[in-house]
Amino acid sequence: MTTPTTTAAENPAPRDAGSAVLDASGVTMRFGGLTAVRDVNLSVRAGEIVGLIGPNGAGKTTFFNCLTGLYIPTEGTVSYKGTVLPHRSHLVTQAGIARTFQNIRLFANMTVLENVLVGRHTRTHEGLFSALVRGPRFRRAERHSEDRAMELLHFTGLADKRDHLARNLPYGEQRKLEIARALASEPGLLLLDEPTAGMTAVETTATRELVLAIREQGTAVLVIEHDMRFIFNLCDRVAVLVQGQKLLEGTPDVVQNDDRVIAAYLGTPFEGEPGEAEAAEVRAAEEAEARAAEEAEAATTAQAARADQPADAPEGKAD
Amino acid sequence: MTTHHTDTSAHTARAATPAHHSPTVRGPLPLGADPHASRRNGQVLVGAGAVTAFVSTMLPWTWTAEFPGDLTIALYPAGLQLLTLVAAVLTAALLLASAGVRGLRWLTPGGKHSALLLMALASLAVTWYTAGAIAVELGGLVNLEPGMWIGAAGTLLAVIGALALPADLTPETGDAREPGPWARLTHALKAPAPGRPAPLPEWAEILVICASCALGLYVFAYGIEADGGPPFIGFLMISAFGFPALQRTGLPRRLTALTAKHRGVTLAATFVAALLFPITQSNEAYTNIAVSVLIFATVALGLNMVVGLAGILDLGYVAFLGVGAYTAALVSGAETSALGIHVPFWAAVLIGAAVALVFGLVIGFPSLRLHGDYLAIVTLGFGEIFRISVQNLDGDSGPNITNGPNGIPNIPDLEIFGFNLGEPHTLLGFELGRFANYYLLMLLFTAVVVTIFRRSDNSRIGRAWIAIREDETAARAMGVNAFRLKLMAFALGATLAGMAGTVLAHVEFSVNPESYKFVHTAPPNSAFLLIAVILGGMGTVSGPLIGAALLYLIPAKLQFMADYQLLLFGIALVLLMRFRPEGLIADRRKQLEFHETGQLDVPDATAQTTPGLPGIGKTEA
Repeated sequence: MTTPTTTAAENPAPRDAGSAVLDASGVTMRFGGLTAVRDVNLSVRAGEIVGLIGPNGAGKTTFFNCLTGLYIPTEGTVSYKGTVLPHRSHLVTQAGIARTFQNIRLFANMTVLENVLVGRHTRTHEGLFSALVRGPRFRRAERHSEDRAMELLHFTGLADKRDHLARNLPYGEQRKLEIARALASEPGLLLLDEPTAGMTAVETTATRELVLAIREQGTAVLVIEHDMRFIFNLCDRVAVLVQGQKLLEGTPDVVQNDDRVIAAYLGTPFEGEPGEAEAAEVRAAEEAEARAAEEAEAATTAQAARADQPADAPEGKAD
Repeated sequence: MTTHHTDTSAHTARAATPAHHSPTVRGPLPLGADPHASRRNGQVLVGAGAVTAFVSTMLPWTWTAEFPGDLTIALYPAGLQLLTLVAAVLTAALLLASAGVRGLRWLTPGGKHSALLLMALASLAVTWYTAGAIAVELGGLVNLEPGMWIGAAGTLLAVIGALALPADLTPETGDAREPGPWARLTHALKAPAPGRPAPLPEWAEILVICASCALGLYVFAYGIEADGGPPFIGFLMISAFGFPALQRTGLPRRLTALTAKHRGVTLAATFVAALLFPITQSNEAYTNIAVSVLIFATVALGLNMVVGLAGILDLGYVAFLGVGAYTAALVSGAETSALGIHVPFWAAVLIGAAVALVFGLVIGFPSLRLHGDYLAIVTLGFGEIFRISVQNLDGDSGPNITNGPNGIPNIPDLEIFGFNLGEPHTLLGFELGRFANYYLLMLLFTAVVVTIFRRSDNSRIGRAWIAIREDETAARAMGVNAFRLKLMAFALGATLAGMAGTVLAHVEFSVNPESYKFVHTAPPNSAFLLIAVILGGMGTVSGPLIGAALLYLIPAKLQFMADYQLLLFGIALVLLMRFRPEGLIADRRKQLEFHETGQLDVPDATAQTTPGLPGIGKTEA
């Protein structure tokens, strides 16, 4: 939490700030009696990088799933550039929101290039019939898709692995490929779910560079992450989700100095907490034990002191 | 023998260190004090064995022509003797190639001794089987002529010799323990992958492809013509050992690289080879089998699109074949047809395909919302519903449309452009019978289905199908409308099956509800179609074709084991799933999916075998 923040100085100012790309209002998600996300409002403006943090189980991924149409929120609406999104994930992608997954979900037995080409699905329209006929238009579209996919592979640094199977890539490159695949759908907003989980410091830095480069290309980014250094160095704004509710939203400076955020992560005792009585008992027992141990120790030292006194006496005098 | 050391051609570059360089590697059955002696002795034994086996085929094996194939004439190998002869010659060729004789080295770019061992085993299997079959059929070993004994001894000698040769690969572990005999045997059967081939001129590459197609045609024709009983079993045995031997040599891999490079030529050559099949046949019975194989294979390929590409497990697929067949039967002027109309064939095909498409949509729309096992059970149910409905639409328990259990008999033969397919015709001096006519017609349909399969696989739609198969949630998150695409695959598969069904109705003269069960002792039925796809290799074109051919030919040829047929298929499938889960023809994906190689899959820069993209194809040129 004590990371020095140089966000404003280091990150170039967002271009074309202002118009909201994503606007989630009053999103609530209940699973039976459990409310995983409660009345969350969040907006992302064009060219912005927004972070979403919160302790484990705070509902971050559930909120993502609500945004991308994987879950149908119980209440609330999600709109992209002013239009309310339907609750179908392929239509959300078509509208312009692409995502990656917390646990990598690549098409493991397809090649790297094929993975990215699948990402182009919503931006191409060649149907079965044109695939069977293979007219010039089909071939042009395939060629264009492939060129675009290769551009993205160059962008993410995977170009030389185009014919490898996705499952054979090392972990860090699988994460990159997931981002490349998401970018292939030419999104206006990219949702990254823990893009640096399990990465080394070097890889994390590389990912940060990649996210900044994505923003440079005009795509807004909403990122979930547990790595605070990563989040506070990267984001223009950070929202904190705790127990399904938005606790706070603001610049990294504001967020990282807020007591409530620290409390949410580390936890604070409060009155009437279930198990308070037991906790008090345990505390009392511990204190009693500690006192007893202290007394016993005091006694032994006293004894030892008494026993040692003759030997120690001259020294004591010397002092 | 020393020429091997001077072999500087590129193909040894990637292969493991040649075995005889490492003194620790011994054959499974060493014959001699040190590996070099063992190797020398082994080579001598294999050579002697192969020559002996060859000579024996020139002698009579039995005294009477009662045994199928007439093995009684000296200097005239026939029937099963021919198979031993071929195996002996191939063993000798592999021996010379592995010893590094100039001009034959191209035979073994990959494994040398492993291929040799398997080939020697092939000759042993077929020869000893012949001896056993003669003894059993004619009643006693007394019926064996000396030639048979010589052949048996020769092939045994060759196998013993091959076992003495050092393994192709050095063991991976630096284990100090001496491996046991079984471990050494399994190790001796492993072969290294072939290295990069020396470049061939274009025409030579095309020639190789054409020759391979011709060879394939010859082997298929031989198998289909072999008498049911010992000759066919001998053919199966030599294939069972011979094809793995061929695989070990690394030649098929090179061929795959060539076919990937010249896709058009390969397809054309295969098509021509298939086209030439009827003129190699003099007997109508075999072209009858061939046309049934072709129909079965085409339907299996259609199912492969549904199962292999989109990953939809459809257990009721044969119902769509039935829909097509019944539709064609109803509109083609059969006397008992409830409609009583007779439309031209092209219209019947279109109507059959359209009706199957409608059925596909109607069944797919509700059921494709389910996944996995539930979907499989629902499709199984729909398949049975079709059969039972057809059985009941007989005028008693419903309107009379399908004539109930009696089916629709006497479907007239097709007439296309005044060319009656029911009568024999002479074409370019070749006599083509009824089944040959239908075979040629069906071949056209097969070509269409192959084209549809390849083109849809290699496109935006095909990639989306595979993505759905791999991870449906991720595919949807990438913008793939999973339900719509699955419905498309399901309906397309149904349409293709319906199309094949229209031909089937004419070939078989009649349609009958009992032919479209889930499982039955004879193809086509849903279970056999699925087995053909899995046996051959999911997601490939040639896999289901080969799987279907095997699955049709074996029951058709080996009728004496009809009672145990399902049991034997069950055992064969279990073994296949244990040892080669990707099927006989593996696409690259599946091969990597099922066999962890422990190393990254680095595509070969010169030989792209990726099934797939036009882009990849482009970079080859």
